[in-house]
Amino acid sequence: MITSPFFVKPTPLQVVMLKVAAALLPAIAVYVHVFGIGILVQLALATATALATEAACLKLRKYPLKPFLTDGSAIVTAWLLALSMPPLGGWWMVVLATFIAIALAKHLYGGLGQNPFNPAMIGFAVMIVSFPAQMSRWVAPLALPAVDLDAGDQLAYIFTGSLPDGLSFDAIASATPLDTVKTALIQHGNLGEVLHGLLFSSGGMLPSQMGWIALAYLAGGLYLLFSRIIPWQTPLSFLAGLGVLAGGMYAYDPNHYTSPLFHLFGGAAMLGAFFIVTDPVTGPTTPRGRLIYGALIGILTYCIRVYGGYPDGVAFAVIIMNIAAPFIDQYTQPAVFGRKTKGAKA
Amino acid sequence: MNAPVNLPANTQPVYRFHGGVHPPEMKHLSSGSPIAAAPVPARLVVPLQQSIGNRAKCLVSVGEDVKKGQLLAAADGTVSVAVHAPTSGRVVAIDGQIVAHPSGLPELCVTIASDGRDEWGERSPLDWRAALEKGDGKTIRDYLRDMGVVGLGGAVFPSHLKLGGRDGLETLVINGAECEPFITCDDRLMRERAGEIVAGIAIVAQLLAARQVLVGIEDNKPEAVAAMREALAASGIANAHVVVVPTLYPSGGAKQLIKLLTNKEVPSGVRSTDLGVQCFNVATVYTIFRALEHAEPVISRIVTLTGNVARAGNVEALIGTPIADLLDFAGNQSDSEGYIYGGPMMGFELPDTQVGLTKAGNCVIARSAAHFPAKQPEMPCIRCGECATACPQELQPMDLYWFSRSKNFGKAQEWNLFDCIECGACAYVCPSSIQLVDYYRFAKSEIWAAESAKKAADLARQRHEFKQFREEREQEEKAARLAARAAPKPEAAAAVDPDKAAKIKAAMERAAAAKASAAPVTETASPAVSVDDDKAAKIRAAMEAAAAKKAARAAAEADGETPAAKPAAALDEEKAAKIRAAMEAAKARKAAAEGCAAEAVATPAEAKPAIDPEKAAKIRAAMEAAKAKKEGRAPAVTSAADTPAGDTALANDDQGVAADTPVKPAIDPEKAAKIRAAMEAAKARKEGREPVAAPVADTPVGDAEVTNDEQGVAADTSAKPAIDADKAAKIRAAMDAAKARKAAKEGGEA
Repeated sequence: MITSPFFVKPTPLQVVMLKVAAALLPAIAVYVHVFGIGILVQLALATATALATEAACLKLRKYPLKPFLTDGSAIVTAWLLALSMPPLGGWWMVVLATFIAIALAKHLYGGLGQNPFNPAMIGFAVMIVSFPAQMSRWVAPLALPAVDLDAGDQLAYIFTGSLPDGLSFDAIASATPLDTVKTALIQHGNLGEVLHGLLFSSGGMLPSQMGWIALAYLAGGLYLLFSRIIPWQTPLSFLAGLGVLAGGMYAYDPNHYTSPLFHLFGGAAMLGAFFIVTDPVTGPTTPRGRLIYGALIGILTYCIRVYGGYPDGVAFAVIIMNIAAPFIDQYTQPAVFGRKTKGAKA
Repeated sequence: MNAPVNLPANTQPVYRFHGGVHPPEMKHLSSGSPIAAAPVPARLVVPLQQSIGNRAKCLVSVGEDVKKGQLLAAADGTVSVAVHAPTSGRVVAIDGQIVAHPSGLPELCVTIASDGRDEWGERSPLDWRAALEKGDGKTIRDYLRDMGVVGLGGAVFPSHLKLGGRDGLETLVINGAECEPFITCDDRLMRERAGEIVAGIAIVAQLLAARQVLVGIEDNKPEAVAAMREALAASGIANAHVVVVPTLYPSGGAKQLIKLLTNKEVPSGVRSTDLGVQCFNVATVYTIFRALEHAEPVISRIVTLTGNVARAGNVEALIGTPIADLLDFAGNQSDSEGYIYGGPMMGFELPDTQVGLTKAGNCVIARSAAHFPAKQPEMPCIRCGECATACPQELQPMDLYWFSRSKNFGKAQEWNLFDCIECGACAYVCPSSIQLVDYYRFAKSEIWAAESAKKAADLARQRHEFKQFREEREQEEKAARLAARAAPKPEAAAAVDPDKAAKIKAAMERAAAAKASAAPVTETASPAVSVDDDKAAKIRAAMEAAAAKKAARAAAEADGETPAAKPAAALDEEKAAKIRAAMEAAKARKAAAEGCAAEAVATPAEAKPAIDPEKAAKIRAAMEAAKAKKEGRAPAVTSAADTPAGDTALANDDQGVAADTPVKPAIDPEKAAKIRAAMEAAKARKEGREPVAAPVADTPVGDAEVTNDEQGVAADTSAKPAIDADKAAKIRAAMDAAKARKAAKEGGEA
């Protein structure tokens, strides 16, 4: 029997997911410009693995394939994961990470909408815990090293791990800005000059390559924000939590703590703010809850970056706060219509 | 479609409510042409339940000739209104017919074959101006009740109940928002008959001593706004304003409109009058005026015929006109897939187009794929929170969905499930196409069912305990009497004096008669017992007093050391033990049977995916059937529910009704009324059925339950269902004989 409402707003799930994927395109474009086409290979590998894993899981769980394979959620997970991995990482890394994300973090919990943890972040966390060395082998942006890797070289490296003759990985390797900071602090006890040129060249006004990628994420995020795909509370409170804490520490001791801009535009902060902490399934749904949740992820991210063993902390901060999301929801229920003031008598 | 007429700016502020959605308006389909008069149909089906509350009491009989406007049925109680003949003709049937209700269940209707003359009967006008002058509100209210005036916005709440002014109303809100897509009947009414609406407003404002009148109209009806402004200005009603509100569904919900116009939020369970506000639909005030000025009962209404029809528009149609006739009039197309009664957001699919138009019927939409493409299959909830953003009641629909789906009803109630007005905004925006409102309806009905089942069970347990106690006491008293009589003349008993045996038998028969006569007493008492704690306490007290009395008597007998005392006591104990054993055995058997039944019921309930409300209803029906069978009361229930008795195959749905009905007698009337009112408020017009079922089955089921309880106890003690009177008599005879033998033997020993 058909029941009311007979009308349904034509914004199905696929459209939501499509818009999220579209919002990642500017960042991907900048990525390609900065690191070469390696990232496209990573994206393709992740997408293929995600769809294959999703199909296999659906089949095993006896779910219809079509609606779930086409809902776009697996693709979004795959892309987020590929963008978090080293651009020239071996093919097996992104494949394994995606498999973990889809099979373990998503379907073992019941599939779409049932997973307590962000699948992409679980995939990333498992990889960085299991393969810390491989996961931190980031190549330098194309403009920096003396040697250029062309597309063929990049493909060969991703699939076979071999570089052109006479080239070792160290020649093309480069630490990420967050890695650089961590190393500098460990080796010298203070930041000194390492910050120069990491994210902002020429006196901090113009963004460097990594800064451009962050800006592209920001642009995509703002698109999602204004098309009302994501709420404003989570990204804002996350960036505020991270930025305010970083700003306070920077003001306290600029020799030991990097500037808030460095934190906001470094690592996965921008990606996290608009694409990770905004994941509706694993976050709270109440407006106040979203503010608390985002702010706490920002604070945790900062703490892990500064005091933890890993260079970046977004993934772990998100996973930790995923656990707290239902709890936050429970205690931030908004008052319903007519119950805002006790004994509302006119 | 919506001519961009420049509206004069509001003189009154407009506030906003949370959420809301803006579905395609689709009002242009039907708003263009003036209201047409629908032809008088050959046959009219007039349901007697035309308001929230009690069904009207039928005053006519089959074969009677009626005139247009003649009273067909009178209001029954406070929350009830009269029903009138929409045209002249002959009553050809008074029986259960399918009515405009999603359940498709039959409801008592008067079917009239019209004579085509449409002749008015004698009218009884009221000098309402004098009454109003004198401040005699009651006369006017009673008159409106007898004229069948109800809220025509869809809730069909009796209007006379809303007109009881106390110490003046701060704001009278007149609802002309008409926020649902497709519907334009209020729009056309305001455009064409603004003068009469305003005359009605004046009456209501005076009755309620309203200090301010605000007419809320959505900004997509500029012509209606202009007409109403003009009429209001001409009327000279003090402090009355038309307020243009933004087009945002559900601004026409009473609570939302009150919030928009006065910024007051009416919490669920609170009457708006308590906040100094009262809300009437424009069509309602129009009928109030028509009733008072022209002594014209509510026998017609304006209904929008739209969707997949050739001539969409508004018609003034007689109540009871078959919907099929209206669709023919509008030029129904052959590819219509179904018919929506009401708007597309809150209306329901008509079970049959032969149903008669009701006072709640503001719109009939012929549904086709062009306007209503097939819905997407449901996907999992991703907790995106769109529904919470859209919810005008500021609920958390995704949580309610989760709780309802997992049958965590306690939590759903904690999350204010019953504040949900079922407006459908959440389901409208859901990207996963989840039919959220269905889940809430399911959860609500499950909670109601559980509550009523619990009350019924409590009542049954109380009754059973009392019965057990009384049976035991009677048995013991009888045994004591027998022993006392047997003891003084042992030799006579030993000789098996036939005279004596006859006497004993006579005494036993007297006792049986006493017991039988006790039954009707309980029968009348039990319904009154109800869940009233006070009364229950009294019964308990009575039981205790009786027990005490019995104990005292036993003690006195023991103290007196009469020859009879010891054998009597012995007999007592022995017999009591036997009775107890028999009862326990019976109880065990019954418990086992119950266990089986419960399991049988529990299994399907567990296995079902908890989504399909239809299935849930069926399961409930099945449970009811099982319960009924167990208690041997199935025939009683079915007959009470107005269906052919014993037709079990057909009875599935009717027992669904029965599932609701035992509830009613179990609740004390005041509470029942409250619950009913709450249910009605929540379920709006769709709930026409619920109160209907109650009156039908009210007393019969209550009685049936009591009688069956008697039978149940009888079955307990005699370990045989006491259905077959013949067999029962034989058993009784055998028992009597055995008792007599035993008494004789004991007498001999003594």
